[in-house]
Amino acid sequence: MTLDNILASLFPGGHDVRSVNGVIFGSAVLRSGARTLVIGVADRTAIGVDEAIRLSGYILDSLDQGSGPILVLVDSDSQRMSKRDELLGLNEFLSHLAKVLIYADMNGRPTVGLLYGHSAAGALLATGLATRVLVGLPGADPAVMDLPSMAKVTKLSIETLQEKAKSTPVFAPGLSNLALMGAVHMVWNNAASLADQMEALLADMPAAHDRRDALGKERGGRLKAADIAERVGELALQTR
Amino acid sequence: MTAPLHVAPAERISSTSFNEASARTRVELLLDPGSFVEFIGPEKRQISPHLRIFDLPEQFDDGIVVGHGRLDGSPVFIAAQEGRFMGGAFGEVHGAKLTGLLRAARQIRSTPVLILFDTGGVRLQEANAGELAIAEIMRAVMEARTAGVKVIGLIGGRAGCYGGGGLMAGCCSALAVSEPGRIAVSGPEVIETNRGVEEFDSRDRALVWRTMGGKHRRLLGAADVFTDDTMQDFREAALDLLGLVGSFGLDKLKAEQMRLGDRLRRFGACEDAVDIWTAEGIAHAETVPELSADQFIALANRIGRTSRDAR
Repeated sequence: MTLDNILASLFPGGHDVRSVNGVIFGSAVLRSGARTLVIGVADRTAIGVDEAIRLSGYILDSLDQGSGPILVLVDSDSQRMSKRDELLGLNEFLSHLAKVLIYADMNGRPTVGLLYGHSAAGALLATGLATRVLVGLPGADPAVMDLPSMAKVTKLSIETLQEKAKSTPVFAPGLSNLALMGAVHMVWNNAASLADQMEALLADMPAAHDRRDALGKERGGRLKAADIAERVGELALQTR
Repeated sequence: MTAPLHVAPAERISSTSFNEASARTRVELLLDPGSFVEFIGPEKRQISPHLRIFDLPEQFDDGIVVGHGRLDGSPVFIAAQEGRFMGGAFGEVHGAKLTGLLRAARQIRSTPVLILFDTGGVRLQEANAGELAIAEIMRAVMEARTAGVKVIGLIGGRAGCYGGGGLMAGCCSALAVSEPGRIAVSGPEVIETNRGVEEFDSRDRALVWRTMGGKHRRLLGAADVFTDDTMQDFREAALDLLGLVGSFGLDKLKAEQMRLGDRLRRFGACEDAVDIWTAEGIAHAETVPELSADQFIALANRIGRTSRDAR
């Protein structure tokens, strides 16, 4: 689905959401009457320092003035890979964006990510994976890292990686694999009204408590994470 | 057995390099002697369930040591990544240990957490699980900080602090870094692979150090404290930071927005770290990489920015 189609289906009553140089910003009134802030990244744009600071600024302004949920639309590249971005401290800008999203979610502004295209690596951590509920649309194609870079880092051939990718959900790119891990909570039906599906989600929003590891265990994608975290937590609490 | 038993503890901590030490040695020497208790240690053999798919050797602690101990008499939680195993990268088990530690710290509220980063980021052989583990840790750090927990990052290992590790470091209450402690998102090789050697020559080590290394991060205000490479220096830095860190709230995020926006306005057009240092008023900025730790700390205390109350 294109961004325009998604926005039209999400907000049949209208919206003022625009994408400028790949950065999405605007708002819309939900059926409940609440106004939702809409931010995000479009057109497979890489998230560098300039994009990240604009997005975090929109959210902080909205925390002062607005109310209602925050929707984060994602069709991005990875983080911008450049000397300039790293020189200026890209890690701080991306974590700042994630922190602002997490803070908003913990303080009365529940966050929903909508992954409708690509995303990868640091860009996904700073956007969709920093929301309370990450929804995928069919056709979305997230990847932690592109295969050529992966080949470089792992010293495995691209052919080997492509072969492994077919059979290994924990490593392979793709929406369904991220759903198995518990990262993507649900995949919406793009043939039905997105407004209806958004309304149903907001009416039954899970608690802010992060239970993605439990979800990954239920779905069989991450069998150890939840148990290990719980066991360490028990041992740590015993030190009191 | 070649352990130098004749070396007194005080001498050992001041003569041991943080950079060269293993994760276990770092934990042992950072904390009060004999105080460390590990959670899910190697005897539990909680290995990665994924590495065998790639015919890679597992490690019984999955490359991270987590537990409880004392620092100058006060209780602390601690996590230390082993950069020599899989580049300290985050996999499912490795990440879940840190998540569990942070979630408990949030409940207890009063016990700070020290994270000794040494990581290339996501362990790509289990990329989806590792990426999500990092997202869970970032959330857990922020929830812990919101509950009043101080989360201090110490960075000086061989693998640096890259990828999602860089984002996680940005979530901490404060950071101490030594010269070898590089902090970045994209590693030099990854930038070169994607954008070409003209964008970033990963073999130009001087370029790597001055773009991502501890000195630049300290001058930018990305790290609060620059420290020399001994375990004694890192211990003192951790104690200093624990004394300085305040509570977290919306004011911190607003101040960080201003701090980072200001950085972009001042330095956004700079092409190299030396240009930034010069713009900061450092005479002969090109000599910064050669300064000794003591000389650099004096300079940074005079000129460097800090992120205190703005992160």
